Amino acid sequence: MAVCIAVIAKENYPLYIRSVPTQNELKFHYTVHTSLDVVEEKISAVGKSLGDQRELYLGLLYPTEDYKMFRKLHNSFTDVMCNPFHNPGDPIQSKAFDGIVSGMMVQTG
Amino acid sequence: WKALRRPLSTVKQVYSFKEKHHGDLQGAGDQSLFTSLYTSLAQQLPREPMEWRRTYGRAPKMIHLEANFVQFKEELLPKEGNKALLTFPFLHIYWTDCCDTEVYKSLVKEDMLRWQNSLRAHGSADWVIIVVETNDNKKKNKTNILPRSSIVDKIRSDFCNKQNDRCVVLSDPLKDSSRSQESWNSLLLKLRTLLLMSFTKNLGRFEDDMRTLREKRTQPGWSFCEYFMVQEELAFVFEMLQQFEDALVQYDELDALFTQYVLNFGAGGNFGWSGLLLRRPIDMEKRDGIQRGEASLLDLRSYLFSRQCTLLIFLQRPWEVTQRALELLHNCVQELRLLEVSVLEGALDCWVFLSCLEVLHRIEGCCDQAQLAANCSHTVGLWAYATDKLKSLGELCGLVSEKEPTSEDLNRTVDLLAGLGDERPETVNSLQSPYKKLKEALSSVEAFERHYLELSHAAMEMYRAIGRLRSARLVGKSLAEFYMRKADPERAETFLQEALKSYVSEGWSLPVTHTRKQIAACQKLLGRTEDYLQTSALLAGDVNLTTEERKHFCQEILTFAGKSGDQSQKVTLSMGVFTQLTRLQFRPATASVHSGAVLQVELTLRCLMPVSVHIQQLAASIHFDLERGGTNGRSKGTQRQTNPGTVEFHQSNSSAGPPSSSAAGPPLELDEIQDRSPSDNSLNSTGVVCKNTHLVMRRHDSHSPPDTPNCVSPPAVAMKEGAQMLKVQDVTLEPGNNSIIFTAPSGQPGTYTLRQLYATVGQVQFVLPHIYPSVQYEVYSQEPQLTVEPLSEPLLAGLPQMVKFTLLTGHYTVKKGDALQLSNTDTMPILPSSSCTARISNPAAELVGESVLSIQSSEKVTSISLPPTPPYHTLEFHLEVLCLIPSGDERPANERLTNGEVRHRPRSYSHPDTPMTAIDQRMSIDCPWSIYSTLLALTFYIPFKTKHSLLSAGNRKYIQVCVQNVSDVNFTLAEVKLTEKQHATLELQSLNTKTQQLLCSKHSVFCLWEVRWKDDLPSCLQCVFSADFSPLNQDISAFKPFHYQFQFERVTTLYSVRADILPPAGEQHCRSGLLCGLEVCITRLTEPAEGELAEDSKTDTDGLKTTKLMYEVADSSSNWAVCGKSSGMVSMPMAASATHKVQIEVMPLFAGHLPFPKIKVLKYLPHTAAVAIQPDPDSCVENDSLSLLDKALDDQGDTASIRSRGSVHSVGSGDQQQKGVAMPRLEPFSPGQVFNHSYTQQVLVLPATDDHIMEVNAT
Repeated sequence: MAVCIAVIAKENYPLYIRSVPTQNELKFHYTVHTSLDVVEEKISAVGKSLGDQRELYLGLLYPTEDYKMFRKLHNSFTDVMCNPFHNPGDPIQSKAFDGIVSGMMVQTG
Repeated sequence: WKALRRPLSTVKQVYSFKEKHHGDLQGAGDQSLFTSLYTSLAQQLPREPMEWRRTYGRAPKMIHLEANFVQFKEELLPKEGNKALLTFPFLHIYWTDCCDTEVYKSLVKEDMLRWQNSLRAHGSADWVIIVVETNDNKKKNKTNILPRSSIVDKIRSDFCNKQNDRCVVLSDPLKDSSRSQESWNSLLLKLRTLLLMSFTKNLGRFEDDMRTLREKRTQPGWSFCEYFMVQEELAFVFEMLQQFEDALVQYDELDALFTQYVLNFGAGGNFGWSGLLLRRPIDMEKRDGIQRGEASLLDLRSYLFSRQCTLLIFLQRPWEVTQRALELLHNCVQELRLLEVSVLEGALDCWVFLSCLEVLHRIEGCCDQAQLAANCSHTVGLWAYATDKLKSLGELCGLVSEKEPTSEDLNRTVDLLAGLGDERPETVNSLQSPYKKLKEALSSVEAFERHYLELSHAAMEMYRAIGRLRSARLVGKSLAEFYMRKADPERAETFLQEALKSYVSEGWSLPVTHTRKQIAACQKLLGRTEDYLQTSALLAGDVNLTTEERKHFCQEILTFAGKSGDQSQKVTLSMGVFTQLTRLQFRPATASVHSGAVLQVELTLRCLMPVSVHIQQLAASIHFDLERGGTNGRSKGTQRQTNPGTVEFHQSNSSAGPPSSSAAGPPLELDEIQDRSPSDNSLNSTGVVCKNTHLVMRRHDSHSPPDTPNCVSPPAVAMKEGAQMLKVQDVTLEPGNNSIIFTAPSGQPGTYTLRQLYATVGQVQFVLPHIYPSVQYEVYSQEPQLTVEPLSEPLLAGLPQMVKFTLLTGHYTVKKGDALQLSNTDTMPILPSSSCTARISNPAAELVGESVLSIQSSEKVTSISLPPTPPYHTLEFHLEVLCLIPSGDERPANERLTNGEVRHRPRSYSHPDTPMTAIDQRMSIDCPWSIYSTLLALTFYIPFKTKHSLLSAGNRKYIQVCVQNVSDVNFTLAEVKLTEKQHATLELQSLNTKTQQLLCSKHSVFCLWEVRWKDDLPSCLQCVFSADFSPLNQDISAFKPFHYQFQFERVTTLYSVRADILPPAGEQHCRSGLLCGLEVCITRLTEPAEGELAEDSKTDTDGLKTTKLMYEVADSSSNWAVCGKSSGMVSMPMAASATHKVQIEVMPLFAGHLPFPKIKVLKYLPHTAAVAIQPDPDSCVENDSLSLLDKALDDQGDTASIRSRGSVHSVGSGDQQQKGVAMPRLEPFSPGQVFNHSYTQQVLVLPATDDHIMEVNAT
């Protein structure tokens, strides 16, 4: 079950971040932010080996004893970006995206 | 000899326990035989690799088989259901060197039978019999010798039922001969083959059994530990075969199975937390526990991991160990939580801490320092985890505080340490064991601090080294929290600031808020009032906090502000965190007022505080610029179109918004600049200027985040005291938008720029250091301005026209009794009107008053009394004026106006935009605000263009006047009249029939008069053409007069010219190509007049007065060829009826009715006559009074209205005067002086021959 879902802009600020309300939101923010270290590392590694550029899944980003973090959710994000009224770089405020995220949080993620 | 054989790997030396596997090396006969062969056999067997083909499609592998030889005992044979693979006898060997048939029969065969039977009883079919032959034996038993083969044959026939390969012969094994070597090799090959066969078979069976067992895992009573032992057996086998990969797979499968098992069923129990133990290859203690089914979850995990670790290190993958270790630790913590195992608080932390360090130690043990440094990305996770755990242990045990731990804390520590048990024997002697570290760290506050700092710094440094700065900062933040607990805010601050900077720059609002809160606490402890207040202001406006928290921070500021203190205690804070300027609005919106007028500035401030804040003073400083352009601010104001009256200030609204805007940089603010010449205001150059270069061009790497509220430290605020301020006292700012209205100073004309904004709350002052984009307003002062413009374009001369007077009062107040004095002119009288209304409007162009003007006219002056008008208002009224059309060459005397200025006659000129002739009419007005007269000009246009011409018919004369309407208006023309001024006897008989005539736009009317005279026709006629005109469809009173003066000179016909064409002799008609005669007859019609005699005659020697004429035959249309002389001189007697005939030969070139060749007659003036010619005095005067410009205009020939006189100048006179050289010259006669009878006459010319072809010439 996913407990926190975040979409991060390429400048590393959060476009969207939502967590299960019962949990400590602040802790998730810290954790997600710190996991960007690994994301950066992996992305730059992908850049170097030209073969893997299609690999969108980055794997385990930042293990903690409480949660495991992965990168997922790409399709829905693509939909949001295809919205002509969405200004890339703005925080995401799409209801559909929200719904999908809620779904991911409930079902096994 | 029989032997039990099983493969063993080289690893057996490491794993001593395997050597205890019982073997059976039983020598029924001669044990020394096997003993002598054992060494070389054990050595040589693994020397050659064998290909191992495997089941289930697994890839074949080359393996080296190594065997352990054990003496055969029947009880060692595996029983049914045996699961031990390690102790499994794979091949049974019977050794014999018997060469005596008798011995064989009596002893050996029986032994072999027993052996075979016991094998069969245990279902083992993997055996071989080896017969050893030596020459010694042969020699020894020479007498009983039997063919060697016979023994072998016997054995084969007795035992090897069709399996001959089960009996092998080894010859002379101890001899060094080729034969013995060969024999050895074949034996070894055989043994390897059989061994591998058996091994594969049994391993396959084992694996099948294992799978079957695994499939039963859902059945009740299934024991994971039991299964664990089985699969581990397989792992051991692979390990022995040096197939570490396969061995690791077994453990991984077990790991996965266990995880699933835990999730599905749960397992638990009491356990200690002594951590992982990785120093032994196999932790037999734990293994035995598992075997007994008594292992706890942590035990099982620990054992599993230690095995995996061992294998991974064999595989030289130490970094996978660290990664797996971290996963394992996380997993275990999760599993224990999932299983709801009750654990002593802190026990897990101990376990994790110890385990982390143990793994790190293990890795350090097998890698050198350089490798470790290069791979700290793999170990840093464990370091950080250990740090984390140690910190929570410290907190638990009361070690993270200023004070010593309480007794309760100490009790807890004792409990935890007890759970660790005794230190393991492996590490007892090591100084740096994890166990010792933990014990020491928990022993005292100081020791804890030392260990914790050591770990933290190690983790941070590693993170930094691999570029994981965020992780490093998070560790740093944790360290800061530790320092705060230890009441050491000074050291905490650096870490917190660093972390905050990172969150701010990447726009993570929640961490920003949280960290900022920590910084606030830190700054409060440090007593940094200003920083603390700044941070408090930020937090008070932070929407991530609860209202209560925000109120608290707001109250902190207000409390400080309320303190009465001296001036030095004043604190200046950035305004952005307190309230944001969102909008500024000018009233009036033009932001441009005249001096003294009211200009209001409305600020919209968004207060970010959670409660309403009372502000003692809100002020904006102003920078004043004296206006360069002087006083005419209004015109400048209109140029500044950029000022919309409202300025919006864009700010990112959240305290930690996306920093995307910073990437793009501020938008360019461009303005147009024009460089005008100071003298005539003409444009020199123009361009575009960027107003905010300092922001756009700023280095991007060094700039702070775009919105000031995010600044980690408050920006340095410099207060610039302006001379003038916008001020409001005692304002209360409510949360959200507030509107504050200032009244701006507008005393002095100039530009006022708003610079800074201050809000004073007690001891605290909030400052907005730059109001950006810059905001300006203008105050201007203006001189009164009077303008006159046509109410409708164009103004037509000759008709009453309305003109609009506009008075911009500027700074002048029109008082009662003030009047405009217009100097009257003859050419443009002001028409009196009964009701003339003046309209007064304010600067916003709203009508504020109307009043009737009183206009009084005297002879020289028209006085217009103005109604009282306030400054900067507009006064407008209309007057009707009439511009008289100048009638011609009337020359008025220079006049002086009432004000002493030279009156300029309005002059007409042709205007490039219109065919109408324009007249500039100037007005001189005396205004009450100035001692100087105001000169204004109006341009009128003459609607008509008039031409005159003299027509002759023999002696009779006609005058034609053409009036062309060049305006866009249709007129009615009436009362057309022509009069001659000087000669009363002269009669001008009108040939015009209509009294009124329509004169449409762009059309012309021609009028004709015949000149009749009684005695003599005067040589000079001065005529005045007059007509009444009015726009079409207006009543009779609207008719206005129109006059046109002109004069003719030398109108009398002097000569008549008559030409005749005579056909060639004998012909009736002229023929083309044939010469014919042209007879020109010039006849003098009148007696010479006075002037003529003086002018151009001379007296012949015989006393007869003659004049010289020149004739010229010219045919411009190439119809005629003149043969011989085409021109000639004629001396003409100056008497009436004097005639001169000239004969000229001409030849028609075409047939048809050809017009006569043109005959020109010119005056011929001999050079002596030149001195008599004086410059025309008239023109001299004219030239004096004309400016160059006017002359140029006069030169244009169509200006007939004013100065059209009969042309008096001879063609060459100009030249002569200028050159001063006396030359004979020709002068044309005035029109009418020579009458040509044969003008336009034609003559019939026949073709040269009577051709049938007619040439038609159509042109």
